Amino acid sequence: MNEMELLTWARGTALNLAIGLFLLGMLWRLVEIYTLGRKPDLAPPRKAEGATGWHTILRRSLSPPGMLKRSPISYIGGYIFHIGLFIVVFLFAQHIKLIQSLTGLYWPGLPSQVIDAVTVVTLATMLLVLFDRINNPVKRFLSTFGDYLAWALTFLPLLTGFLAAKHLLLPYTTMLAIHILSVELLLIALPFTKLIHVFTLFASRWYNGDINGKRGVPV
Amino acid sequence: MTASLQKGINALKEVIDAPVASFFASCVHCGLCAEACLFYTETGDPKYTPIHKLEPLKRVYRQEYTLLGRLAKMAGLAKPVSDDELEAWSELVYDSCTMCGRCSMVCPVGNDLTYMIRKLREGMAVSGHAPEGIIMATKRTVDQGGPMGLKWPAVQNVIKHQETDTGLSIPVDQAGAEYMVLLSSMEVVNYPEYLGALARIFNKAGITWTLSSEAYEATNAGIQIGASDLAREIVSRIVNAAEKLGVKKVLSPECGHAYMAIRWEGPNLMGRPYKFEVVHVLEMLDELRAKGVLKMKDKLKTPVTLHDPCQIVRRGGVLNAPEALVREVVVEFRPMTDHGKMNWCCGGGGGASAIHEPAAEALRFTAFKRKKSQLEETGVNTMVTFCANCRITLEEAIDHYEMNTQLLGLTELLAEHLED
Repeated sequence: MNEMELLTWARGTALNLAIGLFLLGMLWRLVEIYTLGRKPDLAPPRKAEGATGWHTILRRSLSPPGMLKRSPISYIGGYIFHIGLFIVVFLFAQHIKLIQSLTGLYWPGLPSQVIDAVTVVTLATMLLVLFDRINNPVKRFLSTFGDYLAWALTFLPLLTGFLAAKHLLLPYTTMLAIHILSVELLLIALPFTKLIHVFTLFASRWYNGDINGKRGVPV
Repeated sequence: MTASLQKGINALKEVIDAPVASFFASCVHCGLCAEACLFYTETGDPKYTPIHKLEPLKRVYRQEYTLLGRLAKMAGLAKPVSDDELEAWSELVYDSCTMCGRCSMVCPVGNDLTYMIRKLREGMAVSGHAPEGIIMATKRTVDQGGPMGLKWPAVQNVIKHQETDTGLSIPVDQAGAEYMVLLSSMEVVNYPEYLGALARIFNKAGITWTLSSEAYEATNAGIQIGASDLAREIVSRIVNAAEKLGVKKVLSPECGHAYMAIRWEGPNLMGRPYKFEVVHVLEMLDELRAKGVLKMKDKLKTPVTLHDPCQIVRRGGVLNAPEALVREVVVEFRPMTDHGKMNWCCGGGGGASAIHEPAAEALRFTAFKRKKSQLEETGVNTMVTFCANCRITLEEAIDHYEMNTQLLGLTELLAEHLED
């Protein structure tokens, strides 16, 4: 297989396979989690302003009082790399074209220089949070193989995408193929690693907001 | 596997629901819950990270309810939860967790860790890994009526004394009263003035009330230890008595877990809503204040700060009444930096104060350093609170650190300054 054939395979068969596995895996996990259901709360609820699951979905995106100071790297690093990933994944012209070819949906992208800058900042921030994971006693204590795997699965597509776009290290075709394959790995693993939080965090926040909201506490 | 361990694991399987599964799936091991936990912030020991305390529950969830976990279990790759492990976890689930709920406020993916600790305790209790102190308190409540072994004649004694002190009569078993008043043992034993204070306030407001000789104890160690069957038995005593007397409302005392038990967990333990309303004493007092019935003859001159009991405020939802009431009766109020629903625990909630082993006690004093620095930051020497258990915990710690801090119960403070 030469590099052109590799790219064709990555873009075709492998992509379809990865998307299929991702959808099946997600469906399985969501069913596995949410069909467990929960018992109704029989205590008469107390009403309070802003105390619902929906409020918590939004509110929990901000740092609670006093927390930013206690863990600045988690918050600032967290904001930067999450927003950075969002921009690079969804606002890079090439990605929008791909999404358009798959779904027909499209939207305006950002100039490639902006994407380049955001990518570099995001890569650097991801290295910083990795360092923090190893350096911070609590994070190091909690970390398992899964945490480092999830980090690598996220970092690789970003790095290889950047290298491909900048024609660095390897011929463009090869690097692009590696980039696409790394995204496919990410897709397949996502439902079965902590990366699933991309989807489940909304439900988790909602539950928390609902459980405490019934007692009249906006959380 | 021992029979008790099997029972414990079955109990855990039973309490796992969609929220628990969603929470475990969402956790990214960011460790921010540790930063919200006084047992971590004051010791710096990562083992006190709240999500780590839930490890046994997480493993049971994975091994029983996820595809990958079940496959791993079948292949013999999953580490089963053992008796030794649960025994080791007792310190993490009881001694170093007061179910204060602060971690649930900060988790960025939204996990309600306290909700899960409460569930994990069900398995710990059934498998025999709950601390002796809380087991005994629960037993005494079931067998004798209260966690301190306090029986009705002792309450009658307090009633008599308070009637003499206030010159008011304290009604007992009066059917059709508006309020049935519950007490906590600690109040009866350590702060009997609470009852006299209530008598004066009810008299002033012209509200009918009664005590019940069948159900006077509001605290419920069953919810602290995590034994729903015992918790149900303790709650049903109150519910039966209140419904028999046909009262409109049941007044929960200042005590935090009592309120959690009777107001929020009770209907779920009973499996049905009550035929009466549950009101926390501060909610009632705040209503009277708003109506202008609760008028003060004078105010406390010394500046005060407020310790918000977790189970009443953050976990119970009585958010605004405490500050409004304190402001009514003091000249100068200085709130702590983290207050209200972000307040820090006294260190003795969730049954922790009933654990009398030296290591647990030492840990409580260490955790109290958080409250100590909060207090020192306000620069005042008088702290008002409204939970008998917080009060005992705080008093012990204040003695331990030889601090010059005076503690006051909010209801009594109000009664003392009430217009005659």
